Amino acid sequence: MHPALARLAERLARVPALGAAELEAEHVAVLGRKSGELTALLKSLATLPLEDRKAVGAEANRLRADFEAAFERRKAALAAEAGRAAWRGVDLTMPGRGRWTGSRHPVTLVLDEVTAIFRGLGFVRATGPEAESEWLNFLALNFPADHPAMDMHDTLYLGGDAGPEGRMLLRTHTSPVQVRVLREGALPVRVIIPGTVYRKDPFDASHAPVFTQVEGLAVDEGISFVDLKATLAHFARALFGGDTAVRFRPSYFPFTEPSAEMDVSCRICGGNGCAACKGSGWMEILGCGMVHPTVLANCGIDPERYTGFAFGMGPERIAMNRFGIPDIRQLYDGDMRFLGQFG
Amino acid sequence: MNLSRRWLEAFLRRPLDPQETAARLAMLGAPVDAIEPVAAELRAVVVGMVEDVRPHPNADRLRLCLVNDGGPERRHVVCGAANVQAGVRYPFARVGTTLPGGLVLERRKIRGEVSEGMLCSARELGLGDDHEGILPLDTDAPPGTPLTRVLAVDDDRFVVDVTPNRPDLLCHKGVARELAAATGDALRLPELPGAPELPLGSPRREGAEARVDGVRVAIEDPETCPRFTAAVLRGVKVGPSPAWLRRRLEAVGQRSINNVVDATNWVLLELNRPMHAFDLARLAGPELVVRRARPGESIVTLDGQRRALDPAMAVVADARGAQAVGGVMGGQESEVGEATTDIFLECAWWLPARIRATRRALGLATEASYRFERGVDPTNGAEAVRRCAELVLATGGGEVREEIIDLWPQPTHPPRIFLRPARVARVLGVEVPWPRIEEYLVRLGCTVVFKPEDGRMAVDVPGWRPDLREEVDLVEEVARLHGYGSLPDELRPFRVGERRDDPAEVADDRIRDGLVAQGLREARMLPLVAAGAGDVSVHNPLSADHAALRRDLVGGLARAVEHNWSAHVRDVRLFEIGTAFAPGTDDRPREDRRVAGVLTGTREPAHWTDAGPAPDADLWVLRGVFEAAVALAQPGATVQVATDASDRWVAVRLDGSRAGWAGPVAADRPPWAAPLYGFEVAIDPAPRGPVSYQPLPDTPAVERDLALVLPDGVLAAQVVAALRRGAGRLLEAIEIVDEYRGAGLPPGGRSVAFRLRFRAAGRTLRDAEVDPAVQRSLAAVREEVPGVSLRAT
Repeated sequence: MHPALARLAERLARVPALGAAELEAEHVAVLGRKSGELTALLKSLATLPLEDRKAVGAEANRLRADFEAAFERRKAALAAEAGRAAWRGVDLTMPGRGRWTGSRHPVTLVLDEVTAIFRGLGFVRATGPEAESEWLNFLALNFPADHPAMDMHDTLYLGGDAGPEGRMLLRTHTSPVQVRVLREGALPVRVIIPGTVYRKDPFDASHAPVFTQVEGLAVDEGISFVDLKATLAHFARALFGGDTAVRFRPSYFPFTEPSAEMDVSCRICGGNGCAACKGSGWMEILGCGMVHPTVLANCGIDPERYTGFAFGMGPERIAMNRFGIPDIRQLYDGDMRFLGQFG
Repeated sequence: MNLSRRWLEAFLRRPLDPQETAARLAMLGAPVDAIEPVAAELRAVVVGMVEDVRPHPNADRLRLCLVNDGGPERRHVVCGAANVQAGVRYPFARVGTTLPGGLVLERRKIRGEVSEGMLCSARELGLGDDHEGILPLDTDAPPGTPLTRVLAVDDDRFVVDVTPNRPDLLCHKGVARELAAATGDALRLPELPGAPELPLGSPRREGAEARVDGVRVAIEDPETCPRFTAAVLRGVKVGPSPAWLRRRLEAVGQRSINNVVDATNWVLLELNRPMHAFDLARLAGPELVVRRARPGESIVTLDGQRRALDPAMAVVADARGAQAVGGVMGGQESEVGEATTDIFLECAWWLPARIRATRRALGLATEASYRFERGVDPTNGAEAVRRCAELVLATGGGEVREEIIDLWPQPTHPPRIFLRPARVARVLGVEVPWPRIEEYLVRLGCTVVFKPEDGRMAVDVPGWRPDLREEVDLVEEVARLHGYGSLPDELRPFRVGERRDDPAEVADDRIRDGLVAQGLREARMLPLVAAGAGDVSVHNPLSADHAALRRDLVGGLARAVEHNWSAHVRDVRLFEIGTAFAPGTDDRPREDRRVAGVLTGTREPAHWTDAGPAPDADLWVLRGVFEAAVALAQPGATVQVATDASDRWVAVRLDGSRAGWAGPVAADRPPWAAPLYGFEVAIDPAPRGPVSYQPLPDTPAVERDLALVLPDGVLAAQVVAALRRGAGRLLEAIEIVDEYRGAGLPPGGRSVAFRLRFRAAGRTLRDAEVDPAVQRSLAAVREEVPGVSLRAT
């Protein structure tokens, strides 16, 4: 080996022990563009006899690559070491700095999810006022006047005399918005209607005088009970998981016929029966049905030509079920410790 | 509605599994809320065969019995009953059994002899009053057989949730009919133990007036009472009902009164026909007339209350006056009692709307009014009277001397509905074959006439189904019996409309996201509050706390803060999006969609690296959040200092109207709590215009800081406005970076540091351009805001 190369090889072996300043100096001393020893040696190759030039040249070039790699490695090692030094003596188990975080209400989270699922099925959102007339809340929806069906909704009335559409009341369901949307006349309609509703109910663990509903409506030519079942079964699987079983039971709502309740397999016991589902293995999730022809006619739509389905559910109940909230009043407390648990 | 499994079984003549029955009823639309075992204790009692009886060595009246209870060992039982005999089977309660009444049997010694259980009397088993001796069983069932398999004494009570459209399900026959319709079973009226075959002809059809066994009966108000059936029973002995009758009533939670009242209740529960029995001896005339109450008329009803009647109510009256409030409750005057021997039984059909109005006016809801309001079967009155008479005769003797009369002044045909099978397919989405449709409807009791010429079926609806009024009602019946579950649920192509998301919902979403990003938690508060002056009040509130609609949102959030404080939570940051109400110009209140927020407590969570306690949120935190909320809810509005209240900001729209406020909020604050701030902004639901991209600057900015001394009364905003005007078009922004008060400044004065940022598009600014701009700004300040000076440095 060329004696100069041999000396440089020894210096290469010492690179891993160099400090930061020494490393910098050694880099310049060996590979510096102007005065680097190895640089100089490579420049001087041209002066050597041809056979030496070949052997020494190959060796010198390999050495230069080795030096570059060694300097790079050492530099990285020194940087890591410096980083470690900055943490030395710090108790890293001490807590980090926090910031106040906001959150959406659990009922909003459920509404968001329900909305997103139905948006994927072509539904858009519609809303309406919370104070309504008797006509829009009941009679247009085919509630028979002076019939016990009215007793299914304990109604809060507002003062004032009955107008042409009856007395004013606080809507007991979001269904008046169905009438408002259908009266606009543009078909097909696919809407979901979130909103606040009111009932003359006590405020206790399982009742609230004010709660949320989200309702859906699809009206077009050729819509049938099969579409209702398919849409809501898809919804249930999207909301509760792909292995959710659903069943439809006959029920009664004045504004739909045939009417049904949709149950989903109990999320707690998986359908085997437990206290939460009263041993049935099923949880009641929503009411639904084919829009009653009288409702369509009341909205100026020909029920012979058009059919539709409607459904409604309570996000509070879904939220309580989903998050295991035992008392509905907790949803209306505004308790910071409660509200921070979900979003 | 409570139903007895045994009663339903008696209609269907086959045993019912409780769980299976409940599941079937649920799928027919009558969900069972609970299955409650009745007399379940008796399920532990078995048939015991006495194989040997010997005298007790130490007691004259006691016997030693050897009982075979089906086990390998014979049981030694001490028995005090005189009627115990070897070779006879009796109910036997083993050691460990709990008897009705709670007695738990133990192995014990009676006068020195071991007794391992008890041979039971009817009374000990709760099966009757007879305690003359133990109950011999007329059976050859092997010893050890559960007693309930030999005597039908245990039961299950189904608590069924019946929807208001299905009055037919308010009785055992109706529910049994429904079960039979689902399976195609036959249905027969249960046999009554000891009931005589009444030697009666068909009911006698009459007009508006008739006589039955000497009693005049008349309908003067056929609109309210179109049909009235009745019979007279004579020589009846009123007394306690037999055990089988009592047990059945008790199984569904009904208290036994006497055999006559129990008979009417039986018919109510069996056939959904409320009936009334009058003591004929106490009826003046004797006559009964259905008419409206007279002005000023009153009656003492069976519950002992005197009730004022009015002509909107119907009564059943004798020659003196009202003896019953029609369809609601009978009167005390003609009540059947122990001394009664002759009975007038009636079963009428009452107009639901009138019963509903009467029930509400009197505040008197009864089993009868509940059923009449929903609509009972107008066609089975005579069947009900006959059934009731048989029950009374079976339990109290007596005779019926004349046929049942059926007053029906204006007979009507059953309702007829035309059903198009094509419509069934259209609504349900699948074809149901015509014969199947017909079969389903027939099972439900309809009469179907096929009309091939116009593709329709003419369907006559049975009297017990007042809910079947139009074609779609029959479509639902077909779907129900076909089974909702058997319809496919394939997702079929659908059309979407032109409609877009309601902008109000889009706005809510945007605001919610923005305030969550501000570190606020979303709350939902009840919009019902205690009433205050000028509020929109609720006409019929359930409580004074919920008697009006809220006029703002901050009030509710302040209560939520107090709730948090009461739980020792000091840091509270909440917002709510909701509706506030105000009286409108007509009956409809004004509804304002708003967003509100409250905040109190530390500005950010305390951290151990901070020097000293973490600072509390102050007005400037409030202003920052308020500005964010205004930008979200009322784009274009500006935040200004209120001119009428010194501690408030307001949001002002371009047209000068106010859209919101922010400031301190009053609350019941514990001493350790931080000040409470709040804001409320009306939401402008108008859709936002398109956002257009702003090119990023490609040249550096030049910044100049100016420390200006502002005398008392001068506002920073005035200075900023003057600086901006003076600086010209190179000025990009002005920022306030510091404020200093104290030594070195004139009294009342303060030093405020303004940072002016200049930039020119396309070139790097030089001092030669920036310096004159700054000088122009200062000149403008000197000119427009007197007293402001550059702070000496």
